[in-house]
Formats: sequence, structure tokens, C-alpha cells
Amino acid sequence: MKNILGVEFPDHIDGIGDLKAFDGKRHTGTPFEEGLKAPQGRTNKMVESLEKAIELSGLKDGMTISFHHHFRNGDYIVNLVVDTLAKMGYKDLVLAASSLTDCHAPLIEHIKNGVIKRIETSGLRGELANEVSNGLMDIPVIFRSHGGRARAVATGELHIDVAFLGAPSCDCAGNANGFNRDGDTSYDCGSLGYAMPDAQFADKTIILTNHIVPYPNTPAAIPEVHVDYIVTIDEIGNPKGIASGATRFTTNPRELKIAQTAAKVMENSGYFEDGFSFQTGTGGASLAVTRFLEEKMVAKGIKANFALGGITGAMVKLHEKGLIKKLLDVQDFDLDAVRSVRENPFHCVVSGHHYAGPGTEGSAVDQLDMVVLSALEIDTDFNVNVLTGSDGVIRGAIGGHPDTASGAKMTIIVAPLIRGRIPTILDRVNTIVTPGSTVDVLVTEYGVAVNPARTDLIERLTAAGIELKTIKELQAMAEAIVGKPDPIEYEDKIVGLVYYRDSKVIDVIRKVKNN
Amino acid sequence: MEIKKTASAGTLESSDIMVTLEKGAKGIEIDLTSTVEKQYGKQIRKVITETLESLGADGVKVVANDRGALDCTIKARVCAAFYRAAESTDYKWGE
Repeated sequence: MKNILGVEFPDHIDGIGDLKAFDGKRHTGTPFEEGLKAPQGRTNKMVESLEKAIELSGLKDGMTISFHHHFRNGDYIVNLVVDTLAKMGYKDLVLAASSLTDCHAPLIEHIKNGVIKRIETSGLRGELANEVSNGLMDIPVIFRSHGGRARAVATGELHIDVAFLGAPSCDCAGNANGFNRDGDTSYDCGSLGYAMPDAQFADKTIILTNHIVPYPNTPAAIPEVHVDYIVTIDEIGNPKGIASGATRFTTNPRELKIAQTAAKVMENSGYFEDGFSFQTGTGGASLAVTRFLEEKMVAKGIKANFALGGITGAMVKLHEKGLIKKLLDVQDFDLDAVRSVRENPFHCVVSGHHYAGPGTEGSAVDQLDMVVLSALEIDTDFNVNVLTGSDGVIRGAIGGHPDTASGAKMTIIVAPLIRGRIPTILDRVNTIVTPGSTVDVLVTEYGVAVNPARTDLIERLTAAGIELKTIKELQAMAEAIVGKPDPIEYEDKIVGLVYYRDSKVIDVIRKVKNN
Repeated sequence: MEIKKTASAGTLESSDIMVTLEKGAKGIEIDLTSTVEKQYGKQIRKVITETLESLGADGVKVVANDRGALDCTIKARVCAAFYRAAESTDYKWGE
């Protein structure tokens, strides 16, 4: 064999295999094979329209498309893309979003007209959730945790054909990010953690952006090597829905009492030592815990090594005071957090996989000392539901709940004992999202209950003077006030499969029975 | 006591119940709307019925719009609506 420079060599060498001859082309067998030098101002990833990008991606009927939920209820991307796919005549697509919310109600039409055949998501809310609970889809929705989804994407179990990822900044080569240091920041969402596995593992990745910045867009959550096409659109979302101002501390005395008690439990748990780590979920009480923790950290003279997860302004405040050394950020909950990830060098973006992946290789949740999470329902076996409401209708998202509960040394659930007339503690939750074997403490405004398996925590908290009740005692207190609710009636049809972190079915959601 | 006019008690605030009573056919007929129908519908109907029976009511149509009221609230609202409907102020505080 001879290459174009006249060098002669054998076709095959034992122990190595067949050899290929240098041909002076850049990408043999592609439209980009002319010459070896990169074309000047190379912009071949920039495509003039979404339709064109979809054609180039090779998307076919029945394939899987993916989206991230970093624009939350301000997202325009999912509806725009699915509308476009419908107009182009696509059918039977699998929509695998990191989560879906109220603003995605237009998907109902695209399910009815056959464009969307199946959905995978962390959660559903609003009209779409209602319709799904009432049997809209022939095939059940698969609900996965954030860590479970990331791992399934990485292993190929959830194979993504084309990822459609919105980005508030991107350069001409595809370096895309949730914020930027080069210009307009009004659409910034902060971390793009849940989009990172999609970009990395999808066969084709299309970035949709309203904001092209000069090369290189650094830092970039999604590096150019994971991007195939870039489409510019006028608006990626509604900035008001993407991120709102600083999350205000709750003034609700009940939530404050719960938060204060949770902070006291953390202080006396044995894990409140210099270099500790923690995460808080969303919800008034959960967010307020950080404030009470600050007082206790200052009083004891200790610092946290890191806080993880959905980052809030409250965590940023502690970081900027030097009380939390590093923030590991998969998602930002408010504009303070978005500003911080842009400005603070030790406020670091992590992917959904790095955040909460359940594989044997481990992930950041496994390093957590303490996590504070909310619950819609918890049962006397400490199983938690954050996915379906007390009426059995889907109205929430799994999020990182089972991931962090499994990783943390101590998992605290904060919840009011009663909401309206609805008690939080049941004999059995309507939907198990997080198994009770990973839940350690329940804090309500009426008292604290510890999972009986955690005799160590029971000893330490009792020694610290915290009065403990059994979860059944707390349940009885609630039922003395509101009575015992009748169980929700369901039909046989399964509308949702709840996958645990490892993709094994932990529960099913059935169609609600309407009289 | 007998129902003389249509009367109501309560509000549509959460944890309250709006109860309207009017003359009806024999017995007690209940038209209930509740945010917690699935969990507490039976219990709410039972409390309304028992409260009216204890007041000796008969031939009553009840329209109730419940926003998660506790049993004590439901009882109080039904009682108040019934006294108003019967145009009575002869309250039996001890009962």
C-alpha cells in the first residue's frame, strides 16, 4: 500500500490489523472532506432553521428525542420543537425530558394526534399531569429520578436519538452554557447539569439558542465536541419563568418551626462537624433550614465543605460568607444562584450523572452527610411520595429525592402534619418514590420521629434533649384532628411506572377512578 | 323547627364549608362539592346528616361546598344555616 505522499507500507500487520493510507482529506467520506485545513470562519454547525437541523439529524418516526428542564415553567423549547415535528409529519416519537411542568400542556394535543407515543420524565404537573392520570396515554409514562435518568442515558438503556437542548449562550462551534460572561444575561438559568448527559450520549445534539457569543464561550457546560447543529431562535423561554428573584424566606410560622426543629436535629445528629456537607430540597421549610443552620455554624465555629444539588440564594449567601467552601450545582433555583455560578470560582456546575448517578462508581450524593427533603405523603414505614397528590393525581416530580436519600448519611423529611384536612402520614403512601429504608428522620410542627432502624440517631437526639415520638404517634395526633381519610380508588389501567434509581419498578400509578 | 326560607352559613375559604339549606322533599338530600371528596366525602355527608337529624330537621335540601373543613366546622356551619333557615334564635348552647 502507498499513501498520497508516496510512503509504502504493508496492508496488514499482525497484532495491529489492517492499516489505512493517509489521503490528505479532513473527513473522508463526509461533506467536509475537502483539504486538511479548517475552512475559514468554520460555521457549518450553524443551521438556518430548526426544520433543517431536524432533517440533518436523521430523526425518524418512533425515535427518542430529549429535552432538559432548566427553563422550568418559562420553557419554550419543548413546545416549539414538538409543534415543528408535528408540522413536519413525525409520528410515534418517544419524548424523554429531564422533567415536564405546567407550561407543557400543549403536548396533550400532540399525544392525541400521534406525534408523541411515549413519555419519560422526572415529573408532570398541571393539565398534562391531569390528563395522563385520567388515562390519556396508551403506554404508561416512565418516571425516573434525576440520577437514575442520567445513568440510564449514559449506559444507553435510555438511548437518545436526537437531543434538543436550549441554551442561553452558545458560540458558533457549539460551546453552550446556562450563563455567559460575554453579554446579555437576561435568559440565564445557571447550571445546565441535566442537559449534559443528553449532549454527551445522544446520537445527535441540536442546540437552540437566542444568544450567539464570541468563541470560546467559557465555561461551557456543553462542550462543542458534543454538539452537531446550532439553531438560533428569537426566544428560548420567558425569563420570568426561567428564574425568579431571590427565594424569599418563608414567614409562615409553621414552616419556620419545622425548619428550626430540622436544624436542631442536624446540629445534634453527630454529622454537624467541621467539613460537613448538606443539601436542601425545595419548599418553604426545607429552604429555611439553611438560615437556621448558619446561626449554628457560626456559634460552633465550623464550616461546610460543600453544599449540593439545586442551589438557592440561601446557600449562596453562606458560600459568599465563607461558611460553605464549595457549591456543586446541577440546577439553580433563583437569580442569586445564577449570579453566583457566573461569578464565584468555587461554585461549580456538575452534570446530572456526576450529581446523583446510582452506578457502582458512585456520585456526589454518596458524599453527602445530610439532606433535607420535602414530602407530599410519608407512611408509617417511612416510604415517601412526592409524585402524586392526596387525590391520586400526578402533580409533582421525583427530582433527586431517592438519589439524595440513598446517598446521605442522614435523610430528613420536613413536612406539615396536616395540609388543610389532609394528613401527611398514611398507613401506605399513594405512590412510593423513595423507600423508607433510606429515610431516617421525619420533622413535623408537632414533633420528630426517627426511623426505628436508626438506633444511633435515636440515642444521640434523645441525649441532646430532643423529644421523639413514633411515626404512629404523630399519625394518631393528625387523625384525632382530621379523621382517617378513605383510601383513593383506582382503576386497573397503569398510567405511570415509577422507576427506582436502578430502573427497577418501585411502584406503579394507576388511572384515578372518577365517580 | 321547620325550614321557613333558604339560608346559608360559612365561606369558600380553605378549611371552611359553605352550607345552604332550602326546603326539600321528605328526608335529607345532600348536594356536596368538596376538595377532599375522595378522602372524606362519606364522612362529610355523615356529619351533615347527623347534625340535621339531631336538630330534628326533615324535608331539607343541602347544598354544601367544602374546602377541607374539619368535622367541628361542618357541624357548626350546618347548625347556623339551619337556625337561619328556621328563623330561630332559640339556640341550645349546651347541646
